Amino acid sequence: MKRLLATTALIATFALPALAQDYTHDPNARAGGGIVVTYKDDVATLDPAIGYDWQNWSMIKSLFDGLMDYVPGTTELRPGLAESYEISEDGMTFTFRLRPGVKFHNGREMTAEDVKYSLDRVTNPATQSPGAGFFGSIAGYDAMSDGSATSLGGVEVVDPLTVRITLSRPDATFLHVMALNFASVVAREAVEAAGDDFGKQPVGTGAFKLAEWTLGQRLVFEKNADYWRAGVPYLDTVTFEVGQEPIVALLRLQNGEVDVPGDGIPPAKFVEVMGDPEQAARVVEGGQLHTGYITLNVNTPPLDNVNVRKAINMAINKERITQIINGRAVAATQPLPPSMPGYTEGYEGYPFDPEGAKALLAEAGLADGFDTELYVMNTDPNPRIAQAIQQDLATIGIRASIQSLAQANVIEAGGAGNAPMIWSGGMAWIADFPDPSNFYGPILGCAGAVEGGWNWSKYCNEALDAMAVEADGITDPAMSGARMAKWSDVYMGVMEDAPWVPVFNEQRYTMKSPRMGGDDALYVDPVSIPVNYDYVYVTE
Amino acid sequence: MAAYLFRRLAQAALILLGVSFITFFLLYALPADPVRQIAGRSATAETVENIRRQLGLDQPFVVQYWRYLSGLVQGDLGRSYLQKSEVSELIAARLPATLLLMAGAILCELVVGLTMGIIAALRRGTATDNALMITSFVGVSAPQFVVGLLLLYVFAVKLGWFPIGGYGTFAHLVLPSITLGILGSGWYSRMMRSSMIEVLRQDYIRTARAKGLSRRRVILRHALPNAILPIIAMIGIDIGIFMGGIVVVESVFGWPGIGQLAWQAIQRVDIPIIMGVTLVSACAIVLGNLLADIVTPFIDPRIRVR
Repeated sequence: MKRLLATTALIATFALPALAQDYTHDPNARAGGGIVVTYKDDVATLDPAIGYDWQNWSMIKSLFDGLMDYVPGTTELRPGLAESYEISEDGMTFTFRLRPGVKFHNGREMTAEDVKYSLDRVTNPATQSPGAGFFGSIAGYDAMSDGSATSLGGVEVVDPLTVRITLSRPDATFLHVMALNFASVVAREAVEAAGDDFGKQPVGTGAFKLAEWTLGQRLVFEKNADYWRAGVPYLDTVTFEVGQEPIVALLRLQNGEVDVPGDGIPPAKFVEVMGDPEQAARVVEGGQLHTGYITLNVNTPPLDNVNVRKAINMAINKERITQIINGRAVAATQPLPPSMPGYTEGYEGYPFDPEGAKALLAEAGLADGFDTELYVMNTDPNPRIAQAIQQDLATIGIRASIQSLAQANVIEAGGAGNAPMIWSGGMAWIADFPDPSNFYGPILGCAGAVEGGWNWSKYCNEALDAMAVEADGITDPAMSGARMAKWSDVYMGVMEDAPWVPVFNEQRYTMKSPRMGGDDALYVDPVSIPVNYDYVYVTE
Repeated sequence: MAAYLFRRLAQAALILLGVSFITFFLLYALPADPVRQIAGRSATAETVENIRRQLGLDQPFVVQYWRYLSGLVQGDLGRSYLQKSEVSELIAARLPATLLLMAGAILCELVVGLTMGIIAALRRGTATDNALMITSFVGVSAPQFVVGLLLLYVFAVKLGWFPIGGYGTFAHLVLPSITLGILGSGWYSRMMRSSMIEVLRQDYIRTARAKGLSRRRVILRHALPNAILPIIAMIGIDIGIFMGGIVVVESVFGWPGIGQLAWQAIQRVDIPIIMGVTLVSACAIVLGNLLADIVTPFIDPRIRVR
């Protein structure tokens, strides 16, 4: 086993310079046992082409595999179902060699045909995949998207264990895209047999297989004894109990009935939990690729004046807002969170300076302030945060009335461009993959600034858009530094135009029972929330 | 009787049609677009339009409603947008739990409410009466969320007598039934008290006493059966009141019923589920009232249906 790992590590170092060292197994880990994870909401679907929320994201990760994967607990790529790959000189062609002998949960061996079928399926409009757009750089995507083709021209089966993917434009994030759940490999016969219900009867190659799903009550994942990655998973079963209020889940955890509350520590109990040393010791804190922000609609007067937007940036007391959520965040200075590559170190952002803000407003001819509206999602703590923002704005004379609505209504108002200001809480951006480009397109780029788009500021700077395209065209790993510098420039350009007030970057807190074992990083794994089910274990 | 039943069923069908129309219209007029939630943040405008077309949401209201109705008469409640399952399947999976909880809650209401009402009526004007009526008032006005969490904390966490939420055994049923039952028991006790006082004034009670029957026999044999009549109609109406409470109680106790399903669907604007649950609730209310009306004449022959 060790030898196998060493070989993989060597391949990773020499053949794939962009990749990090693989995970070393925990010497204390023991196999067996089961854990109980609770959630408030029912699980929507386990179909990797469709599932797109933080609850099913990590479940799907454990049931399915894609060509690429991440080193557990990190944001570093490692090969998944692909044993190795080659990138052509121009960065436009990726040839993946598949691992031989990988079996689906139904016992059939996975081949290159399955990879092609899975990519065709996710990009087929009939699948209604929310992730189809991620594959936009594969040749033939447009024909799939408009329905004139039923198969991606750019994906080619070379032999049963080789797939060649050709891009239509350079895309530096392509390997990350292949690690997304949407790129998971599914078994064609299982999809066809289950029809629309594949999300309830998933068949993948993952570390666990679905053993039971009682609607509205529980899901049981069972260890895949034939899993191709040696030694994992450690757990025999993972039971997800759904329909549990977070506060009840915490009581059950304290009572020894639950191992991980999937929805986290309820805000109302956070101070109490952290104040008790015994409980606090079982809470793991970690960063996440998240930014909470206020959008300022650049088409709505007087927010169309950049000085007014800068004034608002200077009026917001970010430290006080982080206090409202019990300090579970750090103040943000720019759109990117600090742990994201491309983050501009040393940039302080707009200072908290109400007097300066007033001066800027006066300069814009608005010495008496103005009336505006602030939209916010109606779940705690967001209305409280909106009130703090309202007070901050009032000190510089801006009278903002709060529109507290259900999530769907806020999204609608934002997309239609009716909302002058929106506090993003509850819908804030969390990166799909650890690359700065993922923070731009839909929420700051021109493509998202359309009717119904998620760029709620309706901000569109074509020069920055062009720079973003240029940055993603830099596919040479050796030029990665230059690429990040370019992205940093894009975000600094955004800050200059101030369509957002970046407010805070949330921290993650995962609580676990005393019997849970494994490295802390597994409990704040950036892609597996709340925990990386494949690598955690129980100590008794 | 047959004609009466037929008329009532026709009325019920009309009511359900009205409910479906109003709900469908309100959801249609809601400033929220389910397609954007399905499509997600990274979707292109093309994808969004394509999903809209597949779901038929690009059609005018009348066409959409007509499609829904024609599906409905064939027993098709539609398919959930976000859970990607048949709505009928989702509801069927959760209905038994809700019915069980309702039965438990009604039992609890009757036992607590009737006992309180009877005692209050018999001790009319005393401190006991006042205390019971104040208690029932508090019970009616207490928020279920608070009562539920309080019961959980005391009886499940501190005393450990019951499991902390969940579903499956009799022990799981007790606390949610009490939480839901406490709300209604106040109404029952007040109703029972006034009904009982009314009956105790009647001539036949005086006759029964004059015959020399024991107090116990007079109350149990003559007063109670007559006083309880108005309560039966109340149970039917109660089912309607329950639907609101069930959403809260099921969420607090992690009870896998349709109240919880509705709450999750409302938060995500999953229209087919919201429609399905609304119709099932409306059916329950209509059926409850119908049953109350049909059963009453069997118990009290003075009431006749026409």
